[in-house]
Parts: sequence; structure tokens; C-alpha cells
Amino acid sequence: MKLLMTTAVSALVVLGTTAAMADIKLGASLSASGPAAFLGDPEAKTIEMMVEQINEAGGINGEKIDLVLYDDGGDPNKARTFATRLVEDDEVVAIIGGSTTGTTMSILSVAEDAEVPFISLAGAIQIIDPVHKWVFKTPHTDRMACEKIFSDMQQKGITKIGMISGTDGFGASMQAQCKDVAPKYAIEILSDETYGPQDADMTPQLTKIRNTDGVQAILNPGFGQGPAIVTRNKAQLGIDLPLYESHGVASDGFIELAGAAAAEGVRLPGTALLVAAILPDSDPQKPVVTAYKTAYEAKYGETVSTFGGYAHDAVDLMTNAMKTGGSDPAAIRDALEATQGYVGTTGIYSFSPEDHLGLDLSAFKMLEIRDGGWTLID
Amino acid sequence: MKLSSKWMQLAALAVLVAVLPLFFPSGYYYRVGALIFVNGLAVTGLVILIGYAGQISLGHAGFAGIGGYACALAPAHLGLPPSLSILLGAVISAVLAVLIGKPILRLRGYYLAVATLGFGILVSMVLTNERALTGGPDGMAVQGLALRKILRGWGWKLSSGEFWYILSALAMLVGVWIALNLFQSATGRAMRALHGSEVAARTVGIDVARLKLQAFVISAVYASVAGSLLALQNQFVTPDIAGFMHSIEMVTMAVLGGVGSVLGAVTGSAILTLLPQVLTVFAEYEQLVLGLVMILVMIFLPRGLLPSIAAKLKGRGE
Repeated sequence: MKLLMTTAVSALVVLGTTAAMADIKLGASLSASGPAAFLGDPEAKTIEMMVEQINEAGGINGEKIDLVLYDDGGDPNKARTFATRLVEDDEVVAIIGGSTTGTTMSILSVAEDAEVPFISLAGAIQIIDPVHKWVFKTPHTDRMACEKIFSDMQQKGITKIGMISGTDGFGASMQAQCKDVAPKYAIEILSDETYGPQDADMTPQLTKIRNTDGVQAILNPGFGQGPAIVTRNKAQLGIDLPLYESHGVASDGFIELAGAAAAEGVRLPGTALLVAAILPDSDPQKPVVTAYKTAYEAKYGETVSTFGGYAHDAVDLMTNAMKTGGSDPAAIRDALEATQGYVGTTGIYSFSPEDHLGLDLSAFKMLEIRDGGWTLID
Repeated sequence: MKLSSKWMQLAALAVLVAVLPLFFPSGYYYRVGALIFVNGLAVTGLVILIGYAGQISLGHAGFAGIGGYACALAPAHLGLPPSLSILLGAVISAVLAVLIGKPILRLRGYYLAVATLGFGILVSMVLTNERALTGGPDGMAVQGLALRKILRGWGWKLSSGEFWYILSALAMLVGVWIALNLFQSATGRAMRALHGSEVAARTVGIDVARLKLQAFVISAVYASVAGSLLALQNQFVTPDIAGFMHSIEMVTMAVLGGVGSVLGAVTGSAILTLLPQVLTVFAEYEQLVLGLVMILVMIFLPRGLLPSIAAKLKGRGE
């Protein structure tokens, strides 16, 4: 018994000493390790880099930002505990985080209860629909990716497609959204196949799609190595149909994995960040994405990812709101909601009381892979 | 004498739970406390299975998942209030435990471990893949418990943290009380005999198969209720709750604290819940320290933290 008491008390002492001094306290709970580290790691690095930059430049209205960053390892239960800790113990004025939909949804009710503005970095539409007063997000939804792809198909006169989706969180969510929004673009999904995140061969599913009468194109909602395998298998099978990939694989790594020859002609929606070099100078996002890309790659020696871009926009939006609103959570929230025409790496944000995402389809650029590189379609 | 020891243990735990909040510098500690109690409840169930009856399970997170998703699905699809959903989850878990326990409890040692592991993974896969029903890997929202609103109506305004601290503590205390009672009962003695030697137990007329099944079902219900409380508290549930790592975590808590002792199990869950929170300061070394603590305990305190230390204090040595 004594032991339990001592453990608990000594733990309290240790925990108690972590509370730091004044400044503006910004909290973050990200999945920097664990299965979602591909999201959380670039996000955490981006936030650390940007807070450093802001503090070196003199802070916000003369006040330094004090960043409290926790690694929830992608575990929603941990994320909720850390969110509670950020709000109750660290007393932050704003939270950025939730790399995944699961962690975001666990943090959401904590932020709402504590009335602290919260910008999520996860994709699902349920985060902002219905709108929660204190919750915003920077990544476009899966639904928008589907819409972007379908509108491109519509332009090419494609009406009947086959879908092959990953069963991981990303693929599953996008598959559901695509099926839901397809009728709006008069797209008929004739074949709906899936593969597991660890699968190494998708030829059976692709063969099935090929043998379905009337399929004009293949759509592959998925993330990671799955889409690369789908792309390679499709080339090996000699299936001569246009292939659409998701925004989740919009990186140079995908072309390397799939091979330039197999990836030739693949189309996908991506953000300006990935095609910074080939953006026309007139593009308003060009200076923002170039600055972020240069700084990140110089500091960490690795290529930027779309996900780090989400964090970049979140920090920018939050700190801009602090500049106009001050350091009171309610004022920051109001300033955040009033944001109009902020140019970020992901798109141009304009929030409103009814829209806490603030992006439209124009945030996506339709890209095509040609000769092992990216080409802008529109 | 024995009886008083039971009440002593329970009273000490209750006093500790009641007194600790006096030292809480912020509301965050209620959340940590509530997590410790919920984990403690699940681990107490494992003490009955592993510590009393000597059977192993690496799939108990599966039952936690069933309990958690019962609280998400039953209110959404059947219109059942969340409080009754806890009950429904427990009933489903118990029935499932009987169905799968009957065949797999014939297995022993490693084989039983692998069979239970398979069960846990199956539940986790169903929760992940049945997207239409469970929302898939993204998880689904869980309605809050109406009790907090009722209490508020009576003028008892509790924050979410305080409410869950109290509720989880009560749930754990009830769980501990039942486990301590069981330990002293004829069934508990028979379970311990089974643990000592299955052959000897059978020789003295103990229905070994039935007893194993009983322990399995009881521990499944503990895990299920703990899973329900966790989901209700988080107001969100994802398939992680039924994941392999969660099963391992529960067994580790039980073994670290002392699998033969209920209070040891609670200590184990307290330590393993607190450590990651304390170690955020050295985030990179968190896993390293956790591993080190476990290895050291297993080498120097092989019966688990609490029983080993208690034995040393009594001068009987290890």
C-alpha cells in the first residue's frame, strides 16, 4: 500500500514540475511514432521548425511561443489523455494535432469541453461536419479528393469505373466517400475490390476488374506501398485503362516504388507543395510552398510531404489568429473563424461559421505522371 | 484474520482513491486516475484467470473491444441507453467466452496462449473490416452517459474528469471486492488448486474444465466492462481497443504488479499507466525505460512487484 502511495505521490511531483512559465502556450498531440508516424513525424518536425522560426523572429506581438508537444503514438486513448493534459495541466491556449481521424475524434470533445481552439491534421469529413465551434482542420477531405478525380473523369467522358481500395484507415474512408459522391458526377462503380495493407500482389483483384464489362477507368484509394503494387501489377497485366490514384501517394517516393514506366500516365489529385518547382510564377501559392520546402529540406535533409504541409498551414493559421486575437482562447477562435484568403501550402483557406475547413476543390491540382515526373493538368 | 485482511485491502484502496484527489494540482490527474482504475478493473479480471486459475490469455483486449463497441453500436442502432449497453456488452462477452472457452481451454500453456491470441485478433479484424457497422479503422463516436446529466440536475456539478474518476473508482472497487471474495471462496480455492496442479485437482474431485471456463468467463466480463467504461469515457472508440498491443499491455500490467494478488494488479496498472505520462519528458527513451523496468522487476522481483516486496517486508525473503 505504502508503495502504491509513494509511486503515486512521486509521480505527481515529477508531473507537476513540467509546467512551464508564461509566454503563449501552444499544445500539440501528434502520432510522431507508431503506425501513423508517416503522418505525425513530418508534422511534428514542421511544427517544431516553425515555432523556432517564429520565436527567432521575435515571437507573436512580442511574446514567445512555448510549444508543448506530445507523441500519442497513434493511440486514440493516449491522444485523449494528452489533450486533457494540454488543457488542464499545461494550460495551453490552442491545440494542433490529431494526425489520424481516430486521435482527432478523441481530442475533439476535450477541446470542445475546455473551449480551446483546435486545428486537426486528419482527413475525415466527420471532424468538421457537423461543425464544432472550437474545431477546425487543414487537410482537404477524402470526399474532395474523390470529387476532384470524378470531375476529371467526367471531362474525359468516363462514366463507368472499377475501384480497388486498401482496407487501412485511409483507403477505407476514401472508398466510402467515393462511393457516396459518385452519383453526383454520374459515375457508376461497376467493380469494388479491396486489398489488405500488407498484401504484396493485387493481380487477382485487377484481373477481376479487367473482366468486368464496361469498365473505363480504375480508381485506387489507398496509401503507402499498396498503390505502388497496384500500379505495377496493372502494367504487368497490360491493362490499358486510365489509372487514378489518391492524394495519399502524391510523392516522388511513389514513382520510385511503382517504377516510372508503370506509373506513366497515372493521374492523381495533389497539392501545390509537391509541384512547387513547376508551378507558374503567377500562382499565389508558389512563394509559400517554395519557402516551406526550402526551409524544411535544409533543416531535416528529407523531402517535404503533404502531411507536413497540413501542419505548416495549421501553425500559420493559428499564429495569425493569435496576432490579431491575442492570447485568449476565445479570441483566437474568433480570429481563426474570421480568416479569409490565407494562402497555405495545401490551398487557400477562407473559414466561416458554417465552414471550418475553408478549402474548395481548387486546393487540389490534377497531376499526371509523365517520364517519371509530375505534370500539371489544369 | 483472513477476512479482516480482505477488508483491510479494500479499505486501504478505497481510502487511497478518496484521498488522492486532495493532492491533484489540476483536472488532468482525474483523467490519469480514471485510466488507472479502468485498467485496474480489466487487470483484476486477468488476476482471476492467470493468478488464481493459472490459465493464460493473450486475447482479452478482444472482450474489451466487444464491451467498447457495444456502447457505441447499441445506442446508435438499437436505441439502448449507454448504461444498459455496458450490460449488453458484458452478456455478449460472457456468451462468447463460454462458446470459445469450451474448446480452447482444453489447450494448455503455449497452445492456449496462441488460441486466445487468435480470438483477440479475430475481434480486432472484424471491428476493422466491418466498416458499414463499426466505422472501420477510423472508429465511431460513443454517446455520453446520461448519469452525469442526472447528477447535474441534482445540483452535483462534476467535470467530466471528476465524474469518470469517481465512476471508474467505484467500478474498480466493486471488481476488487468480488475478486477478493472469490479468492476466499470454495471456487477460489479450487481454482488455486487447479493452478498448483491440474492432475492433483482432478484427483480430489474438482471439475477442472468447468472451473477453467468459469475463470475465463469472469475475466472476460471484467475486460468487457472495462472496455465499455473506456469507450464511454473517451466518447469515441477505435479498433485499437481490441488490438494485440492492448492484450499484451493488460497481461504485462498483471505480471508486473504481481499476478497472484489483486492489489498487485492494481499497482501494475497504476505504474504502466503513469510511466508513459511521466516519461514524456524523455520521449525518445520512453520504450527503453519501460522495457528496463520490466526486465528488472522480472529478475529481482519474479513474483511481481507487490507480492515480492510484501514477502520481503515480512522477512520471509523470496
